[in-house]
Amino acid sequence: MAAEINRKNTVAAAVLKGDLWTRLSMIFMGAGLFGHKQKIKGIIVFVIELAFIFFMAGTGISRLAEFPGLGSVESGEVFNEAKGIFEYTKGDNSVLILLYGVVTCFVIAAFIVLWVLQMEKSYALQKDIENGEHVPTFVEDVRSLADGNLHITLMTLPCLGILVFNIVPLAFMICMAFTTYSKEGNHLILFDWNGLTQFFRVLNMNGNIGKQFWSVLSWTVIWAIFATFLNYILGMILAMIINRKDTKGKGFWRFCFVLSIAVPQFVSLMIMNIMLQPYGAVNVILQNAGLIKSPIPFWTNATLARITIIVINLWVGIPYTMLQVTGILQNIPEELYEAARMDGAGPATIFFKITLPYMLFVTTPYLITSFVGNINNFNVIYLLSGGGPTYVGDTAGQTDLLVTWLYKLTIDQQYYNIGAVIGILTFVVLTIVTLITYRNSSSYKNEEAFM
Amino acid sequence: MTAMELKKENKRPLKRRLGNLAVHLFLALLAFIWVMPIVWIVLTSFRAEPGSYVSTFFPKGYTLNNYIKLFTDRAVLNFPKMFKNTLIIAIFTCMISTFFVLSVSYSLSRMRFSFRKPYMNLAMILGLFPGFMAMVAQYYILKAMGLSEGAMIRYALIIVYSAGTGLGFQIAKGFFDTIPKSIDEAAIIDGATQWQVFTKITMPLSKPIIIYTVLTSFIAPWVDFIFAKVICRANGDQFTVAIGLWNMLQKEYINQWYTCFAAGAVVISVPIALLFLYMQRFYVEGMSGAVKG
Repeated sequence: MAAEINRKNTVAAAVLKGDLWTRLSMIFMGAGLFGHKQKIKGIIVFVIELAFIFFMAGTGISRLAEFPGLGSVESGEVFNEAKGIFEYTKGDNSVLILLYGVVTCFVIAAFIVLWVLQMEKSYALQKDIENGEHVPTFVEDVRSLADGNLHITLMTLPCLGILVFNIVPLAFMICMAFTTYSKEGNHLILFDWNGLTQFFRVLNMNGNIGKQFWSVLSWTVIWAIFATFLNYILGMILAMIINRKDTKGKGFWRFCFVLSIAVPQFVSLMIMNIMLQPYGAVNVILQNAGLIKSPIPFWTNATLARITIIVINLWVGIPYTMLQVTGILQNIPEELYEAARMDGAGPATIFFKITLPYMLFVTTPYLITSFVGNINNFNVIYLLSGGGPTYVGDTAGQTDLLVTWLYKLTIDQQYYNIGAVIGILTFVVLTIVTLITYRNSSSYKNEEAFM
Repeated sequence: MTAMELKKENKRPLKRRLGNLAVHLFLALLAFIWVMPIVWIVLTSFRAEPGSYVSTFFPKGYTLNNYIKLFTDRAVLNFPKMFKNTLIIAIFTCMISTFFVLSVSYSLSRMRFSFRKPYMNLAMILGLFPGFMAMVAQYYILKAMGLSEGAMIRYALIIVYSAGTGLGFQIAKGFFDTIPKSIDEAAIIDGATQWQVFTKITMPLSKPIIIYTVLTSFIAPWVDFIFAKVICRANGDQFTVAIGLWNMLQKEYINQWYTCFAAGAVVISVPIALLFLYMQRFYVEGMSGAVKG
């Protein structure tokens, strides 16, 4: 009941039509609750307000004041003549100023949300009392946490975790994209806001970084398309071959393929990497057999490295697809196939005219997820080729995806600002791809095609 | 089978049998390709001659020494310690994230509240950012909390692995969605609270998805090495198994440790493989449930 009223009553109404208690809570938060039979809740809200004021007066204001400038005092040495030694003066640390600034902004935002909520609630309670409705006591409110408001009990901790360890860090990283935080020009301790400079630099096709960006981006997209669709189609064909009526030992075949998923991915990828080294097992055995004269440069030739990665990813991905589509394949109505056979359609026609459209229809969400997963597929690239081969003067290798490049830029090179820009651009690319695919997919346009 | 097909089959039994044989041969070839690397690593783990460069597929001599060295040589790469670290992290991560995942997915599936849709949209948007883009920032936050040095790294890793798990609700929510709502409604009419419905009715009915969630969150710390590497940095005594195995393949260790790496890989893979084969059906059920909507 209360929730429904809440949405209709805006803060404006509370201010314009509220009684004394409600209006009082504009300044003394919780007053509206206190004066409307919810004393304990009102006191709690007021204590939170006091804590907030205390926090802002103590550290919040100064942190916020430093936020636009990101600090300017360099750490240095000052000769103390009285003691006859060098003393170190503590300088500003821009990273911490940025981090605390972001955290303070979130605290302020949370406070504003609380303010709005308590205004709305005060007004709702005022209305309830005017209409003679029952106002829940504190005990009743606590009890509702195990009943009607169970979601609050269950979701508070997970949401807190997401806020502190996903959303705040993400906001922090997004801020970094607009600064000079980088090893370039020695801006690792003190740095400044820099506007969109880094974005222009990354998008500029003539610059060194820009050239690398466009080449990495195009390889990322090519890779994601191959990895997603080859795995999808071939995995589906494999599932269909195993599901055929005449195939014997279905369980055994499935087990063989599933076994490769069961082995942790990073282990199997590292093994593949070692096996394909110039003096690794594959080359040595081929040479001993007299099939090749010199080792095949699996990881040092750019084109070959790309092909190798896509092929190995088939090894990794096909069993997954097989596992996931088996159940769905069995759901395709048998009448569709029978009708097609009656009309004299061959296996290829049946696959392209019935199986594939049906599967695409049902599994578009899965395809989108796996496309996103492939754009962000760190493990396969990092463990197989490490992004290499890398040309001299480049930070990105020929098989680097945007994510692995991002990793190298931040962790290895400490070009944090460019790394953050890459991260944001990856997000933009993914959002565009996801939206376009989803909007054009038949499961969005035509929900009942196969119903 | 239609009458026409039967007729066809009688007409060309030989061609059909040949085709069938070809399909089975093809499957055998594929299965060989898929299983071979796994056979290779198991053989390597028992190989007597050291080093990563070999000239034959089958080892020249077999030994158990690789396993013995892995668990007794504590001087350079302390595998037993890494194993213990990872086990502790995995147990706590598993408890926290199971609670998070089940709580969030139950709430989203069963309760209706104003931030339900915004929450699901937010989860989708956050999923589009590269997973470890926020890693550097997370490291600074952990540092500000005083969790980045010495024994505290363990807590840092537990937090990193479990804090964001509330975003991975899709499969469990798909499962809860398939439990008929009428059961809840009946219980509520009988006077049960939502909490009682959650613990006494839904949970006992959701064994498969609980097992699935427990196992996946238990496995995560064993197979992740990016976060572990960034957060442990050079603190060797805090390494997890994945970093240890990765280190064994680096230039300075590979000659002495390659066969031990294989042994370590087998030691880690066997339990994980067994867990995976066991939960495979829940995985498939969860997926098809989620896809069907």
